[in-house]
Amino acid sequence: MESVAQLLEKIPKYDALPETISALMPILASSVILFAMLALAVLFMVWLERKVSAHIQDRLGPMVVGGWHGWAQTIADALKLLLKEDIVPASVDRVLFKMAPFIVFLGAFAAYVVLPFGSSSFVTDLNIGILYIVAVSSLSVIGIIMAGWSSNNKYSLYGSMRAAAQIVSYEIPAAVAIMTVVLFTGSLSMVDIVRAQTGGIQNWFLFRNPFLFLAFVVYFIASLAEVNRTPFDLPEAESELVAGYHTEYSGMRFAFFFLAEYANMFLVASVATTLFLGGWTQAVPASIMPQIVPGPVVFFVKALILIFIQMWMRWSLPRLRVDQLMYINWKVLLPVSFALVLGAGWMATL
Amino acid sequence: MDKNLLGQIVFYFFAALTIGSAAVVVFARSLVRSAFALLFTFFGVAALYAYLGADFLAATQMVIYVGGILVLILFGVMLTHKLYDLNIKTGSVQLIPSTIAVVAVFAFLAFFMLRTEWFRGDSVLSGPTTASIGNLLMQDFILPFEAASVLLLLALIGAAMIVRRRSE
Repeated sequence: MESVAQLLEKIPKYDALPETISALMPILASSVILFAMLALAVLFMVWLERKVSAHIQDRLGPMVVGGWHGWAQTIADALKLLLKEDIVPASVDRVLFKMAPFIVFLGAFAAYVVLPFGSSSFVTDLNIGILYIVAVSSLSVIGIIMAGWSSNNKYSLYGSMRAAAQIVSYEIPAAVAIMTVVLFTGSLSMVDIVRAQTGGIQNWFLFRNPFLFLAFVVYFIASLAEVNRTPFDLPEAESELVAGYHTEYSGMRFAFFFLAEYANMFLVASVATTLFLGGWTQAVPASIMPQIVPGPVVFFVKALILIFIQMWMRWSLPRLRVDQLMYINWKVLLPVSFALVLGAGWMATL
Repeated sequence: MDKNLLGQIVFYFFAALTIGSAAVVVFARSLVRSAFALLFTFFGVAALYAYLGADFLAATQMVIYVGGILVLILFGVMLTHKLYDLNIKTGSVQLIPSTIAVVAVFAFLAFFMLRTEWFRGDSVLSGPTTASIGNLLMQDFILPFEAASVLLLLALIGAAMIVRRRSE
C-alpha cells in the first residue's frame, strides 16, 4: 500500500503544473464531462423514442434487456455498433467518407459548450452565445453533404441534397424567431437570456407576450425541420431513399450519425428551453417558494418535455411532400417570423 | 514565453490549417474536394478571428461563409455537368509568361506588406465586440448598412423574377 501512496505523491499538484498544461486541463475536463453527459442523454433518448413509438402504435417496445422495461436495450445496441466491423465500401471517396460523420457530430457537439444547464453549470458563457450556436450548427450541413457525396450512392446523394436544402431553408425562420428573444434581452449570451426570465412562469418569454409565444411555435416547427424529424424527414424517407445520406455507413461511423441526430434533437430542445421556457428557473416565483430543485434538473425536465413532444409528433404525423415543405417555410413561417420581429420590436420599445 | 505557449500553439495550428486547406483548394484534382477543403479554410479564418478577440466576426464568418456560401458552392459544383470526369486543366499551358506574372504580383505584394507600418498595439481586442458593432451599424454607418440591405433585396427580387419568367 505504501507504494501506491508514494505513487500518488508523485502526481504533481494542479498549481505546480506548467501553465500550458494547467490551462488545458479545464478544457479537456469539460469536454469529457459534456461528451459523457451527451452520450448518456442520447442512450436515454433512444430508449424513450422506442418506448414512445411503441406505445403510440399499441405495442410494448423493448421489454427484455436489463429487466425493467428493457432499459438496457440501447446500451446493448450501442456496444454492438461500436464492436461492429468497420466497412468502407470500395468505390467511396475514402477521405471524405471517413471525415463526414465526425464533422456532422462536431457541429452538434460544439454547440453544447454554451448551453446553460444551471445558474453556475455551464462550460462557458460566450458573449455571442446564441449566434455561436447558429454558427457551429452550419458545420453539420457540410458534413451531411460530404457524407452524401462521398458515399457514391444516388440515394445518399439525394438524401444529403434534401437535408442540406431543408436545413438551410429552415435556418432562416429559426434564426429570425431567435431574434425576437434577443430584442427583449439585448444580449446574445445564453446566461443573460435565462437571467432575464427569472421570477416565475409569467416571466418566461413564452408567456411574456403573444408575439414571443408565436415565435416559440415558429422556432419549434423550424427546429423540427432542422433536425430532420417527421413530418420533415424527407432526407431519410425510407420508402424512396433507403436511409438517406447515411445509407452506406455502418458500425461506429453510423453510430456517430445517430449520436449527432439525437444530440441535435437535444440541442434544439435545450435552445428552446433557454430562450422561451426560462432555462433553469422554476415555474413558481421565488417569493412564494424558493427554488429547491437544482437548476440542471429543472432544465433537463423542460428539455425532455420538448423532446417528448418531438417524438409524439414524429409518430403521429405523416411526412410532407417537398413542395409542401418549401411552401411552409417560404410562404408561411418566414413572413410570419418577420411580422413577429416587427411586433416584438414594438412591444420591446413600449 | 511559457505563458503564451498554448496561445502560440493554437495560433500556429489554425494558421497551418487555413493555409494547408487553402493549398488543397488550389491543387486538388477533384472540384468537389476543393469545395470541401474550403470548409477548413473558412473554419481556420473564423478561428483566427476568435483568437484575435473578434468573437462576433468569427461567428458571422461561420454563418455566412460555411452556412451560406459554401453550401451554395457545393450545390453549384454538384449540379456541374460531367462532374466525375471533368478535367480542370486548360488546354494551353503557358509556363513562362505565367511564372513571370505570378512572381511580379508576389514581389509587388510582398514589397508593400514589408513596407507598411502594421498596427502593432495590443492586437487582442479587450472585451466583447457585439454591442459596439451594433451601435456603429445602427448609428454611424446606418447609410451604408441600409444601402447594402436594399441592394440585397433587389438581388433577391431579381433572382425570383428571372426564375419565375423561365418557368412560364
